[in-house]
Amino acid sequence: MKQVIARITKNEHVAARYYKMRIESRYLARDIKPGQFVQVKCSDMIYPLLRRPLGCHRILKDGIEMLYEVVGKGTEILSKRKKGEFLDIIGPLGNGFNITRNPKPETRNPILVAGGIGVAPLAALAEKLAYSVERIADRKRKKIYVLIGGKTKNHITCENDFKKIGCKVYVSTEDGTKGRKGFVTDLLKTYLSAIRYPLSATIYACGPTEMLKAVAQIAKAKQVPCQVLLEEHMACGIGACLGCPVKVKAKYVVRNTNYEYKMVCKDGPVFDAEEIIW
Amino acid sequence: MNLAVRIGKLKLKNPVMLASGTFGLEYDGLIDVNSLGAVVMKTITLRPRIGNPPPRIVETPSGMLNSIGLENKGLDDFLKNKIPLLNKLKTAVVASIAGDDEDEFRELARRLTKEERVNALELNLSCPNLSRASGIGHRVSGERDIIGQDEKATYRIVKAVRKATGLTLIAKLSPNVTDIVKIAKAAQAAGADSISLVNTFLGMAVDIETKRPILGNVTGGLSGPAIKPLALKFVRDVYKSVRIPIIGMGGVMDYKDAVEFILSGSSAVQIGTGNFINPSAATQIIIGIRGYMRKHRIGDVKELIGALRL
Repeated sequence: MKQVIARITKNEHVAARYYKMRIESRYLARDIKPGQFVQVKCSDMIYPLLRRPLGCHRILKDGIEMLYEVVGKGTEILSKRKKGEFLDIIGPLGNGFNITRNPKPETRNPILVAGGIGVAPLAALAEKLAYSVERIADRKRKKIYVLIGGKTKNHITCENDFKKIGCKVYVSTEDGTKGRKGFVTDLLKTYLSAIRYPLSATIYACGPTEMLKAVAQIAKAKQVPCQVLLEEHMACGIGACLGCPVKVKAKYVVRNTNYEYKMVCKDGPVFDAEEIIW
Repeated sequence: MNLAVRIGKLKLKNPVMLASGTFGLEYDGLIDVNSLGAVVMKTITLRPRIGNPPPRIVETPSGMLNSIGLENKGLDDFLKNKIPLLNKLKTAVVASIAGDDEDEFRELARRLTKEERVNALELNLSCPNLSRASGIGHRVSGERDIIGQDEKATYRIVKAVRKATGLTLIAKLSPNVTDIVKIAKAAQAAGADSISLVNTFLGMAVDIETKRPILGNVTGGLSGPAIKPLALKFVRDVYKSVRIPIIGMGGVMDYKDAVEFILSGSSAVQIGTGNFINPSAATQIIIGIRGYMRKHRIGDVKELIGALRL
């Protein structure tokens, strides 16, 4: 983890309120893993004050790309930053997706579930998975399934990026303007019922909390391991201020308390869906 | 050029400290912690505390509200797991403590005093995120939620700890009072070596769409640049009325802020929220103070303490 001053090489509007920013940093390119994030100082002023945590969207040769949604003043200011300007960044932060935990991860069937801007960190994961899958024998190769959900067709992005690296992509929109009408969790349910060996699947999900909660429930019912990437407002981003807690099941019950808090920034942002108290 | 200052028996190589709750060993490696005057650890309580429900943080204009609620793993964990990690640091370590009553404070002080690595104690008499129901001070603070809002409770706690330790004792006070001078004098009379102020100002933020308070604990403590002018006034008021050194804090972001605090009467400054925004703030402030002294032909930083021209 380092504080770096990196040059912005791209900052473009992509869809809805989504923007894509590319920054130059060989250090981050080398050290960051899918699921990790960086803390970005949006302006040089004291307003907005705190850094904004942004997930790593893609890991490039000489930098990283961030896909972010403009949701408030901080990200709005960020969206107006120009190519060639410098950005103060701390990273990489947190723990990324755990793609080696399962025995024989290469034979597992990855299902990536994205809601809205939650698609951002899953692109880096898909690239990493595609790369490792390709290295093993063809007959063992499992396709990577990507399910993307959004409010309207304007909220669906990155579809082609996933297709380019050989992923199978399914889309759903709440208003039916693209793909199947409904929630991405409906796609997940359909898909899990259709495949022959759901037990060999692993779900990686990112999106709004309500969606993640639903994904976790489906995964639990089908006994599919599931990792979720959570978002929370943060101050420090490195585990010092204890400002971004998530309620998890306690290891030991102490004084009638069966829960404890973990920090999204340091213990996460990726958690095992089973440990979260939703 | 001399930047060293003295806080009680504690000699600091420079007047820049990191504030409690904003420093963790996570920063070691990100910045040169050893170049700092001192670091104040996150407040320890006798038993583990789970902290307040989320959200615990909300940004406000040039400031932030927090309602962490003293989440910590307790004294035993600190002694067993943190102290060994702190041993590699070459800067002064200040332990911050809070308890429900005199006995708890005394116990914390007694056991921490045995640790060679702990160079001073800061009494957190001012956490704004505890209700009477959740403990900390409720057995001593009379009608109030915060020990540092009550002159007599402040005196009793400081006195109890004073008897239990020979370490430098810093009383951290709350700005949520009508007369800070009375509280500061009580701490001094009870034997505190120094006063640190201010802790955060009580505040709140509302989500108008849901009509709910944003913080899980409803209210929180305000920090950051927004409180700097308020904090400076507190430092000046206390400086005029006590003899013991003051450690000033509240919205320090750069060396200019630090010098403002020193001129207003602080012997040292603590960086808290500024640390989150720029982890290098503290180390840059040390360099900035040197530059300021060179420019103003000042050989010793002590010449600046309280040197406000009126």
